[in-house]
Amino acid sequence: MLAYIARRIVYVIPIVISVALVCFLLVHITPGDPLVAVLPADASQELAAQLRAAYGFDRPLPVQFGLWLLRALHGDLGNSIATGRPVLAEVMRAVGNTVTLAIAAAIIGFTMGILLGLIAGYFRETWIDKVATSFAIAGVSVPHYWLGMVLVIIFSVQLNWLPAVGAGPGGSAAWAWDWAHLQYLVLPAITTSVIPMGIVTRTVRALTGDILSQDFVEALRAKGLHETGVFRHVIKNAAPTALAVMGLQLGYMLGGSILIETVFSWPGSGFLLNSAIFQRDLPLLQGTILILALFFVFLNLLVDIAQAAIDPRIKRG
Amino acid sequence: MLIKTTTRAALIAALALTTAAAWPRVASAETVLRIGMTAADIPRTLGQPDQGFEGNRFTGLTMYDALTGWDLSSADKPSVVIPGLATEWKVDDADKTKWTFKLRPGVTFHDGSPFNADAVVWNVEKVLKQDAPQFDPSQVGATATRMPTLVSAKKIDDMTVELTTSEPDSFLPINLTNLFMASPAKWQAFYEKAEGADAKAKTQAAWTAFAKNASGTGPWKMSGFTPRERLELVKNANYWDKARVPKTDKMVLLPMPEANARTAALLSGQVDWVEAPAPDALPEIKQRGFKLYTNEQPHVWPWQFSRIEGSPWNDIRVRKAANLCVDREGLRDGLLGGLMVPATGTFEPGHPWRGKPTFEIKYDKPAAQKLMQEAGFGPNKKLAVKIQTSTSGSGQMQPLPMNEYLQQALAECYFDVQLDVIEWNTLFSNWRRGVKDPSANGSNATNVTYAAMDPYFALVRFLQSSMAPPVSNNWGFINNPKFDEMVKRARQTFDPAARDAALAELHAASVDDAAFLYVAHDVGPRAMSPKVTGVVQPKSWFIDFSLVSMQ
Repeated sequence: MLAYIARRIVYVIPIVISVALVCFLLVHITPGDPLVAVLPADASQELAAQLRAAYGFDRPLPVQFGLWLLRALHGDLGNSIATGRPVLAEVMRAVGNTVTLAIAAAIIGFTMGILLGLIAGYFRETWIDKVATSFAIAGVSVPHYWLGMVLVIIFSVQLNWLPAVGAGPGGSAAWAWDWAHLQYLVLPAITTSVIPMGIVTRTVRALTGDILSQDFVEALRAKGLHETGVFRHVIKNAAPTALAVMGLQLGYMLGGSILIETVFSWPGSGFLLNSAIFQRDLPLLQGTILILALFFVFLNLLVDIAQAAIDPRIKRG
Repeated sequence: MLIKTTTRAALIAALALTTAAAWPRVASAETVLRIGMTAADIPRTLGQPDQGFEGNRFTGLTMYDALTGWDLSSADKPSVVIPGLATEWKVDDADKTKWTFKLRPGVTFHDGSPFNADAVVWNVEKVLKQDAPQFDPSQVGATATRMPTLVSAKKIDDMTVELTTSEPDSFLPINLTNLFMASPAKWQAFYEKAEGADAKAKTQAAWTAFAKNASGTGPWKMSGFTPRERLELVKNANYWDKARVPKTDKMVLLPMPEANARTAALLSGQVDWVEAPAPDALPEIKQRGFKLYTNEQPHVWPWQFSRIEGSPWNDIRVRKAANLCVDREGLRDGLLGGLMVPATGTFEPGHPWRGKPTFEIKYDKPAAQKLMQEAGFGPNKKLAVKIQTSTSGSGQMQPLPMNEYLQQALAECYFDVQLDVIEWNTLFSNWRRGVKDPSANGSNATNVTYAAMDPYFALVRFLQSSMAPPVSNNWGFINNPKFDEMVKRARQTFDPAARDAALAELHAASVDDAAFLYVAHDVGPRAMSPKVTGVVQPKSWFIDFSLVSMQ
């Protein structure tokens, strides 16, 4: 197992470097001026040159990349051009808020997804299956920003039950796990959960159906095993694939959703990316993308290791 | 009986106690104004805000003052420059590049340190003197361009400073509205504590600390700050202008870049005031008893023409025809739901810089068609023009639908309009490169909206030939010696009334020349709860939050 983990970690290194290179290049090759946040369009040429030099944008791209990577390895992602604040602190604060949202959404989405998937799989081709599958299809089909707006109109504007925007009465800095704060999480978490819920439902349904049609299940039943025991075997066989899918979904959610976080003014990584894109704040954009990409890479690594722990056959692959 | 009397006395005593206990609470109940901004982040708080004039509105004019300010007290009159931290100013009779500013006595920063000539020199040098410890490149861009001729400041005495410009420039007092006075004492304290590998790093660390705990002289003081989420300001009861001591105890600014989210926050009672509510929600906002404020802003939504050799816009008949062919009232009442003012120039009647143009910009399709026919065009020979525009952008209003409206309108006057739609930041960067640059992509007009707060931004950078790229925003390379002469005269006329008259002449000449296709002025819509009172929305990008009360 240790050798497997070591091998997987070695694979991660080139991926991380590639991710860093791609995210650096992507933001630099887009058209427009990187200093647009601090340099008005009517700034003089001298001023533009002075600021370009001050921010290091006058250097060749490979030099800029090398310096950025070197600093990043030391945990310094530079300062935001627009605000002057350190990028790492900005990103970590935003990621923390997105993690809160992602975990809440995962609890809702995965619980509902597993439940609906198992029910649909057990009662395949019945009306129960059709109802559960309809939920799943609706979950993956409904544009989530639209759903978010509809939820806000119903529960905030019309019924006035839940807040429409924000991360608590005093902002995320004063976050507490009480109802006064959790109520801010309800609508964005439900909105974020619908796609993972749909995907997990469909996956678990397919897995449950497949496993139930396999010979070993017949054998278990023939041996007189109670249905609860059969159910346990079904879950154990479905778990590795379901876990992989849930891991990927959690990864997507940890990446934050620009649309959902903007609709709810939730101060997470998606909201931060939105701001960085519109202000063309390159250090912030690079830093945010890098951190999110690294999250995804390491999450995949964890899922791979967890899968290998559950199903030893994977290690041999 | 005794029991009854005792009970009654006890009840009266309890009532009296309850009333007495409640009274101070009622008297001291804190009033809070919560505002949903369109910005995705809190504009910078360190003195020189980013995010354009929305930044100045929320984190500039609230916490800071400049030497000169804007009169924001009327919704009807144009907003003009008034004394701020300077009480009077005068240009040197012998050397018109030297100005003397007398400072307002008795003003202190929020940290208690005095405002004086040293503070003014320090603040000028924070953006102009590269070897000053407080020099901050990140504040230079948004500041130096708004006062392009200022080069230095010198202390004469504690309450007098001398400012020097690179050339005689009567616009300086107007430009100085953009230089906000931050507290040198507070910054110095942060600088001394700051850690950094070198002086530059220490400077940056000091400004970062200052931004979190800022100190100016303005009517509002910073009391809480969560980056990207909220800025809390409390009233400065010791503000030097007693008429502008805030009537609300506290103001909370919340970034909400999405229009529907802002509107929902208002309708659900999470905020009391939103900037630019979702246009589709305006009927519901009004129906629910919320108030909507609009007023003409110093903003222009134009087409800026190419005037290089071979441009179809070089013929004044074509430029005038375009201006006469657009039904601006139809655009206002239809597509924009009333949220624009038809533009008949950069400034509208009543503005001191309007002047008396002889070319009347209005909807007159027959006259436009006649002009086009005189220029050699007609139903069977249309004039092809290409316009570069964006899908969105600050101040761009609804660029695509509005340009499609123009496309249809101008088709009736024998124009064949092709749109070149690009991303906003790219369009903005291309603006500076000019029509001769490949980035223009064959366009012969560009659609970048502009603020018209001061003469340089409103007129000079577009009309003066020396402002052609790469110097500034004369995108189309207008080269009209008459304009150049008028700009020079306005800049060198130091009596304010005479300067305004010179600017009015320049503006009238630009309208008579149909220098742009003038389409619309934005109206800065904002919606608020009926609890918010005392709002005066001036003809400005700014608004005075001090006047606002919460019921």
